[in-house]
Amino acid sequence: MNMKHTLRKTIYHLFVVIFGFVMIYPVLWMISGSFKDNAEILRGTLSLIPQEPKMSNYSTGWRGFSGITFATFFGNSLWITVVATLGTVISSSLVAYSLSRIRYKAKKLWFTCMLATMMLPGQVIMIPSFLIWHGLGLTNTYVPLILPYFCGQAFFIYQMMQFMQGIPRELDEAATIDGCSKYTIYTHIILPLLKPSIVTTIIIQFYWKWDDYMGPLLYLNRPQSYTASLAIKLFADAASTTDYGAMFAMSTISLIPVFLIFLFFNRYLVQGIGTSGLKG
Amino acid sequence: MKNTLATTKSYSFKKFMNSNNTVGHIFAAPFIFGFICFSLIPILTSFYYSFTDYSLGSKEAVFVGIRNFAKLLTDEVFVKSLVVTLKYVFISVPLKLAFALFVAFLLTRKSRLVTVYRSLYYVPSLVGGSIAVALVWKQLFARKGLFNAVLTDMGLGTINWFGDETLALYPLILMSVWQFGSSMIIFAAGLKEIPVSYYEAAKIDGANGFQTFFKITLPCLSPIILYNLVMQTISAFMAFTQAFVITKGGPNNGTMMYALYVYNQAFKYNDMGYACAMSWVMLVVMSIITLVIFKTSKMWVFSEAGD
Repeated sequence: MNMKHTLRKTIYHLFVVIFGFVMIYPVLWMISGSFKDNAEILRGTLSLIPQEPKMSNYSTGWRGFSGITFATFFGNSLWITVVATLGTVISSSLVAYSLSRIRYKAKKLWFTCMLATMMLPGQVIMIPSFLIWHGLGLTNTYVPLILPYFCGQAFFIYQMMQFMQGIPRELDEAATIDGCSKYTIYTHIILPLLKPSIVTTIIIQFYWKWDDYMGPLLYLNRPQSYTASLAIKLFADAASTTDYGAMFAMSTISLIPVFLIFLFFNRYLVQGIGTSGLKG
Repeated sequence: MKNTLATTKSYSFKKFMNSNNTVGHIFAAPFIFGFICFSLIPILTSFYYSFTDYSLGSKEAVFVGIRNFAKLLTDEVFVKSLVVTLKYVFISVPLKLAFALFVAFLLTRKSRLVTVYRSLYYVPSLVGGSIAVALVWKQLFARKGLFNAVLTDMGLGTINWFGDETLALYPLILMSVWQFGSSMIIFAAGLKEIPVSYYEAAKIDGANGFQTFFKITLPCLSPIILYNLVMQTISAFMAFTQAFVITKGGPNNGTMMYALYVYNQAFKYNDMGYACAMSWVMLVVMSIITLVIFKTSKMWVFSEAGD
């Protein structure tokens, strides 16, 4: 009996690990590719170990394009991502508090609007938004890429509302008796308890924004203001042959911040998703 | 006297500031502002432009009635992009959800390693949207790429993935399914909330693993399945980056995703009016599909009455 149990357990772990390895194989292949030369990459070998590991891809890649190094591109990406993520967390938690905890007349209307924006495909408003920002003379700045994130993101508002439903209302009542106003209930009660949900938001919004390609593609035209994702694409656009090694090297670096955020916060990831409100 | 008036005034101001209506609107203010500026106004502008002939740089939009919409019906690429996108959505979304549920279920065991595993399986989603991975994907499916190398090793010969109009969509579908992480996380959170007592009762009644899964797990998860289904369908409709980077819509428009075609019309051919008309058609198509999902969901979503 015990033998059988151990055996089943071993098979389970073995299966999960092998399957997981297959899943992340493309990523590992890219990382190993950053140490290979172009000829070896193009041969399409399965092997993850480079024949002659070399670091030169990193130095050639880092040099960037037309005198602008990847230090600039990564700096731009980091700035946009950090500010937009910060904006998302602050604004979404404020709005979620309003929609889940305060009782007022127009609440239902705003909640419906919020659900509508969540289901609204971005492409529908992509062109008019571009035309409006263009009309305001704000294309080629980071404003269109950052400002909307300070207005709450429907997906995260919704997630936070789900989570807030799990915070007992008795806490609010007790705090009111102790002399808290509705503002201090937010700062003293809700915000600290919302932590897992905030962490989930940070992880997801960070990598969404960091990976975002379409936004920068539409709004940024000057190479000095390019984000890393735009710059990496330049390797593939080059008129001469693509330098795969350099491209993979810069791609590998571009994954580091996302991984760091993820490793730092990942134990909160499932905790932060509230599903209670989804039940009928 | 004056003093009392001031106190009354400040008191009523305080009362105003603490009324539910004020507090509610103050906290919701960022959203209200954003909703009006970044959703409502653009969508109305888009509606207006869809009836005009307008390009960037032209002085004003010329009203052309329904000409843009009429043109859509005769535009072969448009029809093809609609078909390609629907095919992409109908294949990738169910596969992705099934896969996400399978992995989430696999990782419900109580083991300290499960958290590590879950992170491992989340990696594709974490990096999959990036340009870097799209470029890797392109290389993996290239003529001399990894997939063909494996096929050759198995003695199956090579496939020209991106050279064949009907095949080219499948690497993109596979890439979308591969990024099952966010659905998996939501399923995992849902699985955690199914009361253990249900499973214990089933065990006492002698139910096997399959019965438990289909009679307890699936019904309890059905509201979450619905949520994931709607969200993934919407995001599949918007798929852009992969097609833009990997295939550029080719060959022969075999991977011309709807969003890519809208982008091309707007920014490659500078036909903003036409592109807006296309966006609106997309909105209508998606609304219909979402509505159908919600309507049919009443048949399969299990709600815990009296819970």
